[in-house]
Amino acid sequence: MTIRALAYWLTVYKRTWRASIWSSFLGPLLYLGAMGFGLGSLVNAHGTAQLGGVTYLQFVGPAILAVQAMQTGIMESTYPVFGSVKWNKTYYAAQATPLTPAGIFRGHLLFNAARITMNSAVYLIVMWAFGAARSPWVILGLPAATLLGLAFAAPTAAWAMTLKSEASFNYLFRFGMIPLMLFSATFFPLSRLPGWLRLVAYATPLWHGVALCRGLSLGTLTAGSAVIHVGYLAILAGIGVWAGGVTYRRRLYV
Amino acid sequence: MPEVLVRARGLTKQFGGFTAVDGIDFDLYRGEAFGFLGPNGAGKSSTMRMIGCVSPPSGGQLTILDSDPVRDGPAIRARLGVVPQEDTLDVELTVRENLLVYGRYFGLPKKVIRERADALLEFVQLTDRAHDKVEPLSGGMKRRLTIARSLINEPDILLLDEPSTGLDPQARHVVWDRLYGLKQRGVTLILTTHYMDEAEQLCDRLVVMDHATIVAAGTPRELIETYSTPEVLELRFTPDCHEQGAGKLRDLYPERIEATADRVMLYVSDGDEALKRVRGLGLEPSSSFARRSTLEDVFLHLTGRRLID
Ligand SMILES: Nc1ncnc2c1ncn2[C@@H]1O[C@H](COP(=O)(O)OP(=O)(O)OP(=O)(O)O)[C@@H](O)[C@H]1O
Ligand SMILES: [Mg+2]
Repeated sequence: MTIRALAYWLTVYKRTWRASIWSSFLGPLLYLGAMGFGLGSLVNAHGTAQLGGVTYLQFVGPAILAVQAMQTGIMESTYPVFGSVKWNKTYYAAQATPLTPAGIFRGHLLFNAARITMNSAVYLIVMWAFGAARSPWVILGLPAATLLGLAFAAPTAAWAMTLKSEASFNYLFRFGMIPLMLFSATFFPLSRLPGWLRLVAYATPLWHGVALCRGLSLGTLTAGSAVIHVGYLAILAGIGVWAGGVTYRRRLYV
Repeated sequence: MPEVLVRARGLTKQFGGFTAVDGIDFDLYRGEAFGFLGPNGAGKSSTMRMIGCVSPPSGGQLTILDSDPVRDGPAIRARLGVVPQEDTLDVELTVRENLLVYGRYFGLPKKVIRERADALLEFVQLTDRAHDKVEPLSGGMKRRLTIARSLINEPDILLLDEPSTGLDPQARHVVWDRLYGLKQRGVTLILTTHYMDEAEQLCDRLVVMDHATIVAAGTPRELIETYSTPEVLELRFTPDCHEQGAGKLRDLYPERIEATADRVMLYVSDGDEALKRVRGLGLEPSSSFARRSTLEDVFLHLTGRRLID
């Protein structure tokens, strides 16, 4: 069932990928260029002891991998999900067939996972080419980024199905996505933050994703912290998958 | 005895405290075209969605293809074709792609889907638009495409929720023509409509719904015979004489008169003869028109309201 629903999204993507290709690949690359090289040259000139002795490009590169995975996960679960029930109503078309609400949900989520993986793979290649990765472990950044993206995509889709209006998405972007991006040890180490804010950051999913990707890219990840980060993200994704099953059914089967 | 495909007993649908379908009974037999005729908000779509297994009944019994719609929804839906009230086409895809992705939902092999898609596009006369996007198609074309899509799994029952609402008369006739073709092929149809001509043209049997209940059931002929007279004499008076004329006629035909804001309808066996009697009373209508009874008259008789205002 999930595969049948996925097949639909792949067909749609075959038609529409040109429109999204630039934003999904170019955006992160611009970040990497501006932050890693532009801001990086300034930071490096002041010494990088605070960064753990690596260049700013190497510090920020894996964080941007995590950020773009989060962004793709969230974006693909907002308007495309809401539109499928509110605007073009394609979920209702699927629902009239043997597909179940849960199957419709999982098929769409699987497609999102594929988008996250694809974007992350392209980004990883560029990151490697720019010398922003230090360890061959960086290759595991691909499944890590996908898991991170899903940890955002699944709960976001579950929530999107409960909305009556798309206006609420702006709150998610402004008060969810952007603060996470700024304060999750992405562009500067958490040691620069006041203590209480640091504790908040430790609790957020993006921080775990950044720590995971950075640990892999720098080759400094310990097995213990890997388990914690992966576990945290997997639990969040799992809760999202469960919640989506409930909210999709509630919205579609009335 | 023909096979019963859908059986409803006391079927009820509630949304919160609001009752949209209030304990209706009906049977659908294989090979027939069965209609739900009723005004806006009567509960037609709510009933169709329950039959389509995308909405759980709140009460009563519903059996579809010998199965329970709540427990066996996916298996039943595999054997249904659905034309929803609102189009759910993917407007970014082409006409043909819409059929292909829909066929995949049923788990059909790609080769089968392609063959059926081409045959169905031929059937609904959209072959020359196969590779165009859906977005710019006319309402009538979209409706025909939705009908084609609903047939991709060769359904046992085809559910059509207001198949021709919103189309111009010509487009409606094309849709009716296609549906009639399906009927000829032996496809079982359930349709809802608030057009009596649609119901008369397409339905072997129908039920009239109003305010969540079924108020009458039968063949179009039976309904007209039971609830109306062979002919109807429609009279119009000049506005200042309307009240007076209607009042006088009410004394003459106390049980067989319906007066709306602009005209008076007399239910009679012979319209011309009735007109003579009206004139004999000294009433001079500004216009008069004798016609055969229709389902609209049945509805008016049953509810005192017209189907479409
Ligand atoms: N999901 C829902 N939640 C709440 N009320 C609903 C819902 N769906 C339908 N209703 C209400 O149930 C009643 C019957 O609606 P339904 O759509 O079945 O009527 P209908 O006969 O199909 O009318 P129309 O000719 O306008 O399509 C209406 O009053 C409608 O507002
Ligand atoms: Mg309706």
